[in-house]
Amino acid sequence: MISPRYHREKPQRYRLEAGKCDSCGEVHFPPRKVCRKCFAGDFTTVNLPRRGKVVTYTTIWIPPAQFESLKPYVVAIVELENGTRLTAMVCEAPPDEVTIGTEVEIVFRKLQSDPVWEVLQYGYKARVIST
Amino acid sequence: MRDVAVIGFGMTKFGEIWPTPLRDLYAEAANVCIKDAGIERDKLQSAYIGCMSSGLFNGQEHLASILTDYAGLGGLAATRVESACASGGAAFRAAYLEVASGASDFVMAGGVEKMNDGADATYCLSTASDQEYEVFHGVTFPGLYAMMAHAHMHQYGTTPEQLAAVAVKNHVNGALNPYAQFPVEISEQTVLGAVRVAEPLGLFDCSPVTDGAACVMLCPVDVAKELGKPIIKVIGSGHATDSIALHDRADLASIPVVKLAAERAFAQAGIGIGDVDFCEVHDCFTIAEVVCTEELGLFERGQGGPAAAEGVTARDGKHPVNTSGGLKSKGHPVGATGIAQICELYMQLTGRADGRQLSSPRIGLAQNMGGSGGSSTVHILEVVS
Repeated sequence: MISPRYHREKPQRYRLEAGKCDSCGEVHFPPRKVCRKCFAGDFTTVNLPRRGKVVTYTTIWIPPAQFESLKPYVVAIVELENGTRLTAMVCEAPPDEVTIGTEVEIVFRKLQSDPVWEVLQYGYKARVIST
Repeated sequence: MRDVAVIGFGMTKFGEIWPTPLRDLYAEAANVCIKDAGIERDKLQSAYIGCMSSGLFNGQEHLASILTDYAGLGGLAATRVESACASGGAAFRAAYLEVASGASDFVMAGGVEKMNDGADATYCLSTASDQEYEVFHGVTFPGLYAMMAHAHMHQYGTTPEQLAAVAVKNHVNGALNPYAQFPVEISEQTVLGAVRVAEPLGLFDCSPVTDGAACVMLCPVDVAKELGKPIIKVIGSGHATDSIALHDRADLASIPVVKLAAERAFAQAGIGIGDVDFCEVHDCFTIAEVVCTEELGLFERGQGGPAAAEGVTARDGKHPVNTSGGLKSKGHPVGATGIAQICELYMQLTGRADGRQLSSPRIGLAQNMGGSGGSSTVHILEVVS
């Protein structure tokens, strides 16, 4: 991934910045130009909460080349405390510790290293909250 | 809108076809189709070609020109259509609308994909999902359907054995299809014991990586009658899109785009799912067939798995699904799949389906899907006597 493309995603990947519709309050992650609920076009930037729970998940055994060294790894769809959902890799937990309902927190991690452009790419992962 | 008929088809055998380049796959299917339709090639007025990702798989774009040139159709008005794995269905719809509109009499709808050409197929296919918010985080295509499967299991109690029943059934059908990539029967134990791809899906829950092409010829029903052709009429064409990212769907155990496309096709046809004799359904993964049969209305939500396990979707069941062997056994050259489904409908409705022939079916439905449900087409064909 070339650096401008990576750079423009930083507000979402580093800070979980979302767009809250000024008209109806719907929160969009990533931000959109047009509200999917009311089709209005003005938004306020908000930061998403970092805690949530797994709503579905899988263990990837056959990844694309750039994730080969991590296999097997878990990816999950996480529903954050405000109801927003995102897809994230689950870190620091063996696959059998993750299931639907597992509580997680979003943390900042290195995600991948581009093999062509050599850009180190950071972003969010989900870490299981120990009970 | 004019009434439109399908009057011929052509397909390559599906499989790992290393000696044959992309352009020749299409050329073969196109020329078999023209011959099968029994028309002179100069009658053809345009072609639509579904292809998902020749740029990534083969480093080749500008596809409609190179394919029609090498098919001996130089000069033809030709357009490549892309909607991920629903590219074929979308190409068929475009061809259907061009004939129905009155703009052209003879239009060929085709599809092609050459997936075995050295590219990382897992990566290429993943581009049908959200590049920045799914793929970037390590999600693969099987991974998305695996997450649907876990959600479906959690909500409805669907079991790995029920998913395996889909694969076993489709291989029973595919074993009778001379075009199939894997025309062999498999056991439940083969499915359940296979190497894992993305839990809970194993290798035999997944459709294969396939090279192949398929074409069908369309013309007005009135012209088909003049030609003395059996009249296989397109009575419904539905198309819909949805969010590309799975996490944007309210219900992760559903694929709403399929229901929406089906509703549109049924509304046009003026019939319901109960009038349909058999279906070709987009079984890119076993869980996909389960969910799609629910979205089409064949079964209540949560009943798709038990129905497959009980043989309801078998060739001799109440609702035959994927008599061709489906994507699972026949193979899934992604851009060609939607057209290959129409080919199976055409073969069944004209009594040309060999050992897998159903007993005098009248109405068939083909449901083609892109990505994890970001797009879908539904087409309904009927024998008109």
